[in-house]
Amino acid sequence: MQVFDLEYWSQTIGILMRGTADTLYMVGFASLFAVIAGLVLGILLYITNPGGIRAMPVLNRVLGVIVNIGRSIPFVILIIAVFPLSKFIVGTTIGSTASIVPLTISAIPFVARLVEATLNELGFGIIEVAISAGATPMQIVFKVLLPESASGLVSAFTITVINIIGYSAMAGTIGGGGLGDTAIRLGYQRFRTDIMIYIIIILVILVQVIQLLGQYIARKLDKR
Amino acid sequence: MLSVRNLSKTYKNGAERFQALKNVSVDIEGGEIFGFIGLSGAGKTSLARCISMLEQSDGGEILLDGVDMTKLTGQELRDKRKKLGLVFQHFNLLMNATVFDNIAFPLSIDKKSKPYIKDKVDGLLELVGLTDKRDSYPSKLSGGQKQRVGIARALAADPELVICDEATSSLDPETTRSILELIKRINTKTGVTFIVITHEMDVIKELCSRVAVMEDGEIIEQGPVIDVLTRPKTDTARRFFDKTGVYDTSAFIKEIKPGEIIVKATFIGDSALKPFISDVIRSFDVNLSILSGGIEPAGGTVVGALILKISGSDGALASSMQYFKENGVGIEVINNASL
Repeated sequence: MQVFDLEYWSQTIGILMRGTADTLYMVGFASLFAVIAGLVLGILLYITNPGGIRAMPVLNRVLGVIVNIGRSIPFVILIIAVFPLSKFIVGTTIGSTASIVPLTISAIPFVARLVEATLNELGFGIIEVAISAGATPMQIVFKVLLPESASGLVSAFTITVINIIGYSAMAGTIGGGGLGDTAIRLGYQRFRTDIMIYIIIILVILVQVIQLLGQYIARKLDKR
Repeated sequence: MLSVRNLSKTYKNGAERFQALKNVSVDIEGGEIFGFIGLSGAGKTSLARCISMLEQSDGGEILLDGVDMTKLTGQELRDKRKKLGLVFQHFNLLMNATVFDNIAFPLSIDKKSKPYIKDKVDGLLELVGLTDKRDSYPSKLSGGQKQRVGIARALAADPELVICDEATSSLDPETTRSILELIKRINTKTGVTFIVITHEMDVIKELCSRVAVMEDGEIIEQGPVIDVLTRPKTDTARRFFDKTGVYDTSAFIKEIKPGEIIVKATFIGDSALKPFISDVIRSFDVNLSILSGGIEPAGGTVVGALILKISGSDGALASSMQYFKENGVGIEVINNASL
């Protein structure tokens, strides 16, 4: 019945495209900010660790506690909790731009722990080589830690992006914009099961594509 | 060039304490290959790590060209480190960097110019025989090739001293030999001083001019390889050399008849090449049989040992002994039935 209904298709496709674009926008920026901040935090956790290349046990403990707090707050609560911050940064608490704030904040500690774990995989031997060559901590980070763990980091970032896609759908439930928002408002509240199904299909494809792309890049970077 | 004075190091693990180094003092001269030998746990790796400042010592001095490295910090220490090259047992190569980039690593840390790095690294690739592996990744190399990269990298920043910590311990005998030859060639060609840490006597004999024997965190014996090899003062040193087989005398102290004598004859350098056995038989009325023996290169010269059973009259035996001594052959009577 609907198969040849041109108006149905143009309307549906329009809705789905807007939702997808919003999701990509949110996930894209949130991932970018989270990866940058999480990478820095993860490296800090790694190098300030007792026995690390710049051991600072107190700072390490403080950062660790902050990260753990960040990771223990449920995302739905975090979204509401950071409303004032979202308002301050982007001027509003609803819509996809506003969602970038909680998405980023929730992902940073997650990325930090993944980065720390990835760096811990590197043996200390190669770092000793750098130390004995007279490398500064900065040089160790940029010439040893990052290039040697590039593949593992890309895998970690892939997991992060996929996580953020999931969270972005959750942000949709409280006016966050994107596919999650569309699925709740149209698919659920207005009984548009067809839209719901299309959105699920789009999300599955999106996750699949990102996972495959991440794996491909990670493999390319791995020379071990 | 390197002078270690009363170095000590204690590892603490909670209430547990383990003293890995006890007042270690040693002088390494410029241009030599100095060996440290000992069983695992003897403290040789701790010593290497303290000298290379990867581990902080608790007391003592490490004077490199008169500068105490234990007193340096920050940039001063980083600059001084560049005078030291390290070769590791497990290579510690950058797995995501090519052979070229691995060797270039210390130079890029030192912010050398691209053309300088290219020149230097290409030269080192040729020195260690890996020119055709220039753009390969370490995962594509054999153990011996990886260690060649490790050695080239250690040499990249023109160090004065290279410390090899068990550099051949995870390689097969064939590869070990080729790596030892390479180290020797580099030492002769460039005059770089080497410290070689090992538990293998063959490595010491092949490479070193002087050796220190370590046990329980102390140097229990040190001197020219030849001296320690032929006249070991401690049981530990003796045990290391006995492992080579020739020097083990315990098996021959049975069944001695009157008029027979069992001796260990040791000879070094030129005396090893003299036909003293046939001379003795021709000159004196003795019978002589060789029970065990061998000649091998060590410490830049040749050493050998023979376990001999000599029989004859007391006078003939005495004259034979005299002859050996006059010709520079070390004689140690293992068992003398006529006594």
